[in-house]
Amino acid sequence: MIALSDYLVFGAVLFMISMAGIFLNRKNLVLILMCVELLLLAVNTNLVAFSHYLNDVQGQIFVFFILTVAAAEAAIGLAILVLVFRHRRQINVDDLDELKG
Amino acid sequence: MSTLHTVLTIILIAPLIGSIIAGLFGRQIGRTGAHSVTIAGVAISTVLSAWVFWLFIIQGHEPYNAPLYTWMVSDGIKFQVGYLVDSLSATMMLVVTFVSLMVHIYTIGYMDHDADYPHDNPYYQRFFSYISLFTFSMLALVLANNFMQLFFGWEAVGLVSYLLIGFYMKRESAIQANLKAFLVNRVGDFGFVLGIAVIVLYFGTVDYAEFFAGLEQHRNDTIDFGWGPVSMITAATLLLFVGAMGKSAQMPLHVWLPESMEGPTPISALIHAATMVTAGIFMVARFSPAYELSEVALSVVLLVGAITAFMMGLLGLVQNDIKRVVAYSTLSQLGYMTAALGVSAYAAGMFHVITHAFFKALLFLAAGSVIIAMHHDQDIRNMGGLKKYMPITYWTMLIGALALIGFPGFSGFFSKDSIIMATAESEQFGAGFAHLLLVAGVFVTALYTFRMFFIVFHGPESEYVRTHEIHESPKVVTIPLILLSIPAVLVGWPLIEGVLSGNYFADSIRVLPEHDVLREIYEHDYHGAFNMVLHGLMSVPVWLSFAGVATAWFLYLKRPDLPAKIQQACMPCYRVLVAGYGFDRFNEIVFVNGSRRLGEFFWKVIDQTFIDGWLVNGSANMVATAARNWRQMQTGYLYHYAFAMIFGLLILLLWAVWAIK
Amino acid sequence: MSFEQLVFYAFAAIAAFAGLMVITVRNPVKAALWLVLAFVSTAAVWILAEAEFLGLVLILVYVGAVLVLFLFVVMMLDINLAEMKEGFTRYLPIGVLVSLVVFGLIYMVVGPEHFGLEQFKPTEHGPDYSNTKEIAVPLYTQHAYAFVLAAVLLLVGIVAAIALTLRRRPPSEALYQDIDAQVRVRAEDRLTMVKIPAEVEPDLPENKEEEEGAK
Repeated sequence: MIALSDYLVFGAVLFMISMAGIFLNRKNLVLILMCVELLLLAVNTNLVAFSHYLNDVQGQIFVFFILTVAAAEAAIGLAILVLVFRHRRQINVDDLDELKG
Repeated sequence: MSTLHTVLTIILIAPLIGSIIAGLFGRQIGRTGAHSVTIAGVAISTVLSAWVFWLFIIQGHEPYNAPLYTWMVSDGIKFQVGYLVDSLSATMMLVVTFVSLMVHIYTIGYMDHDADYPHDNPYYQRFFSYISLFTFSMLALVLANNFMQLFFGWEAVGLVSYLLIGFYMKRESAIQANLKAFLVNRVGDFGFVLGIAVIVLYFGTVDYAEFFAGLEQHRNDTIDFGWGPVSMITAATLLLFVGAMGKSAQMPLHVWLPESMEGPTPISALIHAATMVTAGIFMVARFSPAYELSEVALSVVLLVGAITAFMMGLLGLVQNDIKRVVAYSTLSQLGYMTAALGVSAYAAGMFHVITHAFFKALLFLAAGSVIIAMHHDQDIRNMGGLKKYMPITYWTMLIGALALIGFPGFSGFFSKDSIIMATAESEQFGAGFAHLLLVAGVFVTALYTFRMFFIVFHGPESEYVRTHEIHESPKVVTIPLILLSIPAVLVGWPLIEGVLSGNYFADSIRVLPEHDVLREIYEHDYHGAFNMVLHGLMSVPVWLSFAGVATAWFLYLKRPDLPAKIQQACMPCYRVLVAGYGFDRFNEIVFVNGSRRLGEFFWKVIDQTFIDGWLVNGSANMVATAARNWRQMQTGYLYHYAFAMIFGLLILLLWAVWAIK
Repeated sequence: MSFEQLVFYAFAAIAAFAGLMVITVRNPVKAALWLVLAFVSTAAVWILAEAEFLGLVLILVYVGAVLVLFLFVVMMLDINLAEMKEGFTRYLPIGVLVSLVVFGLIYMVVGPEHFGLEQFKPTEHGPDYSNTKEIAVPLYTQHAYAFVLAAVLLLVGIVAAIALTLRRRPPSEALYQDIDAQVRVRAEDRLTMVKIPAEVEPDLPENKEEEEGAK
């Protein structure tokens, strides 16, 4: 039998990897977006696991809505990315500092 | 509305209407129009006041107390405008309007020409507007049947006094003087307002009648100022007396009165001698039922009055300005009146107010007449031998001077003698001391009065008098002098019996039987006015005043070289007197410089450094500095925000781990 | 180790490995492809947890749409790869350290000590159990409102994405047809009938003869 902790640790591993990815690929906007997707996946895994072990389908409904929002977010994020690229011909995060205080 | 009510309203309003017309339409109606309309207003008031006087004093009408209208009702306290007419206010009304009328007429001559103003400046109209306004304010004060109206009148006369002292607004000394008068009066008024506040607090009313009715119920109430209970009546009456000290120029709040002589002479006569300064005396007499209940307050009143009477008289000896001599004499006489109040001889105090109003107005107007003749030079050392040039002024001034020193038979004799006798009879704390001061004051009064009189009218003609053409003043000046000299001589005769017996002011002044010194005098020593005069010829005060006159004659006519020698021999005393006991110097150092320092401290330290620097600009600067520093955190780089989130997650996890343990 | 566990660990390992590749490969296109693998294997893990519907949705919607979108975008962009990987080695130690600390902490919280089999047993379901139906009932009843809102959100996302990336051209450069104008067109707008006199060749002998004959 698979223990709940197995799922949770799997989620933690995915989470750790995506976090490290944000650290390592700090210059690449596309990869940062990908890492965010991966991060959401890790969190969703946790929700699915809890839903299964607590026999409560509400957790899956949560995941359902998170997926919806994540899809919309990815679409808009990529649209912005395209716009950025169109303006600057590159997507280096170091150059995106218009909001600097 | 009864006839009486209408008449009172007309008396009150007529001077106001005259004032408004002369003040607002002065240019249109011209000089003649201005003085006609104001004199008409005051004349109406005078005539009607005479009728009211006849009605109340001769006919013995019941006291009349009625509201005119209710201004507002707040928290159950009614604020009304109304009239309380009894023997006290009826007498005051007649005195005020009569003296005011005389001064109005006299002003036509006095203000005719003024070098300070260009001819097209309506200063003349303005002056008439002011004095009519003063008459209105004083009548409002006298007629009041509640504290609010009293306070209105009190402040209004103060305002007009301020305007008139500074009438020669181009002279710096006048501006300083009116400011000083105003500020010193504020000190007194502060006490006055607090006194009214105490009364409102405890009695829940501003109405005189309700106040008097509540006295019996509240006579044992106490008030706690933080150092233990104090009798409420004592506190209230003393606070009210602080107001009276300001307005009636009692020590130490007297400093404004000598300087108020910067104003035109008619004003000195009307406001700063005859009427306004007696408002304090009038007020204390009006509230005699309350003062009777507080021995402490009475003693304070007595001592303040007696000390003022003697010490201010001494100052009159060293003055060289003719108006200032009269001004210090006013201070001294106000001291006499106050001392009379202190021994519960309210009637005698009021009696002296009345006689003083006539003879002091007379003295001032006569002094003004001299000033006119001297082309507005007020220094008595430049005068001398004026007798032959100005006979009418000479004789009227002599009458005024005799009345002032209490020459038997003149009005001042009756009032002053009854005050001195009252202090002798009284068992009030400090009465013996006060009696000594007052008796000594009689000598001083005679000395300074006749010093001035001899120097001005008898002494050798000065350089100025010889080289200039001196002539008697015009009729508008001399007629008021003559008219005023009549009551200055005679007014004592008919009143003295009523005053001593207590019948005259029976319906307005209440004296406890054990305090009633005047009644005692009446019963034991009084055998008719004529006998009183005869008896007076053999009494100490009268001989002292004769001695004063004789001394003045000896020092200033017989041996004119002596005063200078005395002055040399007694230089420190002379210095103290010239400096007015240093009150001005003290005020300047302590209050003026003190408050200036305090103001500077509040300005520089509290306001600029603390409030502006730290609180207002400081908080803004702090926000700006914080923002300047904190905005460095906003790098705009995506990964920095990501790191921040991860860092937050780290902390959250640490907390979770710790919580699980 | 049961078969179930075997499958779980296999897919979990694949997913973790794919994730690692996503963050380490140089080429973003390859990273996107590795991401697809990570998603698919995670979907398998979800299915193991009896979340069949969501696992399929993850593959269909996420892999099928979102990740393909990623792939398109990445391929369209002309990215300087060398610059993108700048500082990779420099931040490697701290990145690994922070990640391991976070992982360690998470592990301490959610590890077998607190969430093992002793504490939580998986729910057993019969063969007639339908995960889709289980989700559908509360979704259409309890969460109907949120469901509609999610639909609106997606619509807004579409509109926003299009509005953001739409490149407006001036009308003169427009590449679209004006169908109105095409339909409204009439023959006379396009075709002009011009009367032209017939040209006569002057030197032909037959013509001369005709002229003479007419005279």
